[in-house]
Amino acid sequence: MTDHEHAKCRELLGSLSDYVDGTLGEQLCQEIERHMRECQNCRVVVDTLRKTIHLYHQTAEPADLPNSVRQRLYRTLNLDEFSR
Amino acid sequence: MSEANDPSISIEALRRGDRQEFARLVDHYSPLIYRLALKMLGDEQDAEDVLQNTFLQAFRHLNEFEGRSTLSTWLYRIAANEALMLLRKRRPETALTDSLPEEEPLEEPTQFIDWCCLPEEELLSAEGRARLEAAIRLLPETLRVVFLLRDIEGLSIQETSQALGLSETAVKTRLLRARLRLREMLSAYYAERLNAGRKAYD
Ligand SMILES: [Zn+2]
Repeated sequence: MTDHEHAKCRELLGSLSDYVDGTLGEQLCQEIERHMRECQNCRVVVDTLRKTIHLYHQTAEPADLPNSVRQRLYRTLNLDEFSR
Repeated sequence: MSEANDPSISIEALRRGDRQEFARLVDHYSPLIYRLALKMLGDEQDAEDVLQNTFLQAFRHLNEFEGRSTLSTWLYRIAANEALMLLRKRRPETALTDSLPEEEPLEEPTQFIDWCCLPEEELLSAEGRARLEAAIRLLPETLRVVFLLRDIEGLSIQETSQALGLSETAVKTRLLRARLRLREMLSAYYAERLNAGRKAYD
C-alpha cells in the first residue's frame, strides 16, 4: 500500500462508525465505498467492525435482575408491599 | 433492544408521590440499570450499590425531572454518574488519564485479518462470549460507558449524549474509539481461532 492510499484510510477512519450505523451523508458514503473497492484493509476493518457490533447486539442478553437483588432493592426503597 | 421503551409510566403520578407508580418504574427499569452497572463495574456488589443509589436518587429528585429527556434517559444518567463516581473512588489514579479522549488522535487499526467467515457458533461460543465481555472491561471507563449505553442498552446518540451530559460529537467520537478498540481486541482473538481451525484442517 502506498503512503498516499494510507492517508485516505486515516482520513476515512473517523467516519466509519457513522458509516456502519447508516447515518453518514451520501457523499462520504460513496467516498468510503469507492476507497474500499481499492483497499483490502479498509474493507476488512469495515466488515469486522460491523461484525463486532453485531456480536455485541447478539450477546446483549435480556436484562435480568436476580431475585435476591430485587428483594433488597424493594426493601431499601420501602416498596416491600409491591414486591410481588 | 426495545426494552427501554416507555411502559407509559405517569410522571404526574410519580410527582404526586404515588408509591405504586414508583414501584412500576422500579419494576420496569431495575433490570436495565442493573445490567448497565454490572457491565460497567464488573462486580455484583458494586452493581447492586449503584442500582439502589440510582433509585434512591431518582426518588429524591423526581420533582427535578423536567421531561426534557425520557424517564429512561434520566435514570441512565443517574446510574452512569453513580457508576463513574464509584469507579473513581475505587481507583482515583485513573480519573485523569482518559478525561478527554476526543482530543487525542484516533488509534489506527493494526489487525487486518478477516474473521467474519467464522461460523456464528464459534464466534459466540462460551469462550467467545467470555472474550467479548472481557474486552468491554478493558476499555477505559469513559469509552466503556458510551459503548454500553449505545450498543448494549440501545440508546440513540442523542439519548446517550443527554445521559452523559456530553455533546453528540463527543459521544460519536468516543463510540468510534470504543468500537475500534473492541474490533482490535476481538480480531486478535478470532484470528487465532481462524489459524487454529486452519491448522486442524491441514
Ligand atoms: Zn484504506
